[in-house]
Amino acid sequence: MSADVELDDVWIKFGEFVAARDVNITIKGGEFFSFLGPSGCGKTTLLRAVSGFLEPSQGEVRIGGQNMQGIGPNKRPTALIFQNLALFPLMTVWENIAFALEVRGVGKAERRKRADELLELIALSDQGDKMVHELSGGQRQRVAIARALAAEPQVLLLDEPLSALDLKLRQHMRTELRAIQQRVGITFIYITHDQGEALTMSDNIAVMREGVIEQVSDGNTVYDHPETSFVASFVGENNLFSGRVTEVSDGFATVDTSEGPMRARNALKNGSPQLSAGDSAYVFVRPESLKFANGHAHDNTIKAHINQQEFEGHFWQVFMDVPGSDKTIKMSMVNDGMELSHATGSEVSLGFAADLAVALPEGPLAAE
Amino acid sequence: MRSDTILKISVAVFVGAFFLYLFGPLIIMSVTAFNSSAFPRVSPFECFSVEWFNVLVNDDKLMLGLRNSLFIGLGVVLISVPIGLAGALMLMQISPRVRSWYYTIVISPILIPGVVLGISTLVFWDRLGLMFNADYDSFFYNGIFLTILGQATFISAYSMLVFISRLQRFDSALEEAALDLGATHVQTFRKVLLPFLRPAIGSAAVLAFLASFENYNTTVFTIVSESTLTTVLASKVRYGINPSISALAVIIVVMTLFGAGVYEIMRRREEAQRAASTLIAKAGDAAAVLGRKRRPVYAEPAMIILTLVFVAGLGTTFFAGTVGVDQCKVAVKEEKRRLAEERIKERKLKSMFKQAAPGKETGSKSGGGTGKVEAKGTEGYKSIFAPQNLEGQVESDEKPAEDKGKVDAKGTEGYKGIFAPQNLEGQVDSETKATEEKDKIDAKGTEGYKSIFDPKNLESQSGTNGSN
Repeated sequence: MSADVELDDVWIKFGEFVAARDVNITIKGGEFFSFLGPSGCGKTTLLRAVSGFLEPSQGEVRIGGQNMQGIGPNKRPTALIFQNLALFPLMTVWENIAFALEVRGVGKAERRKRADELLELIALSDQGDKMVHELSGGQRQRVAIARALAAEPQVLLLDEPLSALDLKLRQHMRTELRAIQQRVGITFIYITHDQGEALTMSDNIAVMREGVIEQVSDGNTVYDHPETSFVASFVGENNLFSGRVTEVSDGFATVDTSEGPMRARNALKNGSPQLSAGDSAYVFVRPESLKFANGHAHDNTIKAHINQQEFEGHFWQVFMDVPGSDKTIKMSMVNDGMELSHATGSEVSLGFAADLAVALPEGPLAAE
Repeated sequence: MRSDTILKISVAVFVGAFFLYLFGPLIIMSVTAFNSSAFPRVSPFECFSVEWFNVLVNDDKLMLGLRNSLFIGLGVVLISVPIGLAGALMLMQISPRVRSWYYTIVISPILIPGVVLGISTLVFWDRLGLMFNADYDSFFYNGIFLTILGQATFISAYSMLVFISRLQRFDSALEEAALDLGATHVQTFRKVLLPFLRPAIGSAAVLAFLASFENYNTTVFTIVSESTLTTVLASKVRYGINPSISALAVIIVVMTLFGAGVYEIMRRREEAQRAASTLIAKAGDAAAVLGRKRRPVYAEPAMIILTLVFVAGLGTTFFAGTVGVDQCKVAVKEEKRRLAEERIKERKLKSMFKQAAPGKETGSKSGGGTGKVEAKGTEGYKSIFAPQNLEGQVESDEKPAEDKGKVDAKGTEGYKGIFAPQNLEGQVDSETKATEEKDKIDAKGTEGYKSIFDPKNLESQSGTNGSN
């Protein structure tokens, strides 16, 4: 069974410090929902408000339509997977998994049976009698999930559970988490600062900055249609050019930057374009949207000087300077087996299509 | 190169001196426990004997004190471990601003002198008893009850420190995880926090017990008319010492060593297991089957060796200390008597030549005979620290040796001036007698040292002795 989670006008304050500001989010039952943001943006605080470890200073948290105010964490239909997993070190694996049943007074035989079922679900059958410290990192991860699932929550909350794993394992666990979520069909709320995790697993993502929700939408939209300069700079890589809007037309804006005039999509927010002539604006161009002009006509062109070319296997990273400015441009080229067309040190002309670039009102950016 | 050697040598010397300083007293004391000599000493080592252990076990006062100490220790553990735990939990819960104040307050009993705690406990319960008009048999005046409470006031703070250090390593996420999984606060405490604290509870209990067992400052006030091991020992030291105290110390040292050995074995075992399981976790599931079996602690080779060494040592000591001791003692006695007689002869010869020695007066007085035992005892040592009195004193020592009827007084006097080197002879002499008078050992032992450090008291004290 899964339940909707609604955050309605939620504010969380610690003295003067505002950890969450006017958060309004509806998470549908059965959804894999991620909160994405840099550390300290308030995402864990929100999660704790959902799980019941703290009460919002203002506003309501509803789970399955029921207001959760005054209901303690042990009475909520949620289960939390902690950043450090918080497995009980003095219990065996199966005792860990069956803890939720134990505190409900379920008999030992029944507990063991249920634990074995869950161990099978996480592919750790016959590891139940080990101590937690005898397991590897990925196995512990799965035990933590099984332990949370044993409580039969309607909402599973995950607080950066993969951050302690190495890259390979992290990528593997992403797939596995998603698979488990689809199997059990309950609502997952996932906290991460890793956009890769958020983009690969989530149905919907909320991007947060300093306690404020910047944008809520699916991964594709967040990546391709950022609504704020923060989202554009935080999610994925982007080349940024700043300037003033000279002209707005047909959903496009022309921005006069120090690298020349650039035409880009006039970003929408709530369905309406955000820029008008005279506004200060940023133009964001993804590295993979840049091409060598090679004499072809492009909506936008930039003169640049190749500084460095890095080989990364499936693609090349090309770093360029713009003559007359201190800007560095990054371009990604798919490794198609061909020789590099331009030598390091050569002067090139770059082009990009107007609808692959986005113009946004000037605003806060993600820290490098 | 040279300075390097010098450094090494000086470090070695320092370490040696340091260990000597640490363990020297313990070693010397342990040796005295096995010397058949009636006074705890290393040299001359007379006979290797375990008789003092026997004396110890048959010493009713000491045994009663020991029983009381054990009981009080248990009571203190039962009170101060829960209080310490509660105090530590409280410290972890309250806000950091209040915390330092709270810490200062709860830790203050450790900083207050034990004497003050003892007196205040005594006074407090006395007042309370008066308020309720309690009679002297009631618990308000019960030494054991008061001692448990008095000691618990500061031992609770000790155990709190143990709990604090353990709690600082507690991952509070575990508590949250338990709550999140539906456990109540009580369940969380019982199933998560308490198991985590189990080792600390053990340490706190041991610490509390030891602190209670060895406490004197507080106990001496709160114990009223009862006694504990420490108060009995203290009074023994004041009223006469024999090696049975060393025997007690040996028992405690051996138990400590044994306990430390067991602890170390357990610790290494734990460590080895942890290392093995990390290896298993790394190697993957295939290797997991290996090394899963756990040996019980008592089957651990190191444990078996330790136990064997312990038992063998005990057996050897007991055997060596009982077999052949009597012959040895007889031989030692004979040797002493011979030496003493030789000396007496020598002395007599000498004193014939010396006519006008200042100590002569006392000497002649004490020579009086049976009727003058009292007087003799009183005066014989009046000025033992005045070297010019030496002769007279030696003489008075000799007299009782010749006079069987005066054995009692002899015991009293024999040790009076042991710290005055010039008295050595007389002492050896009187000891020879002591071994002959087995049944009077007790009385002698008790009185011999009553106030050895207070020369002013000599007169009145010997008076008391005489009346015994």
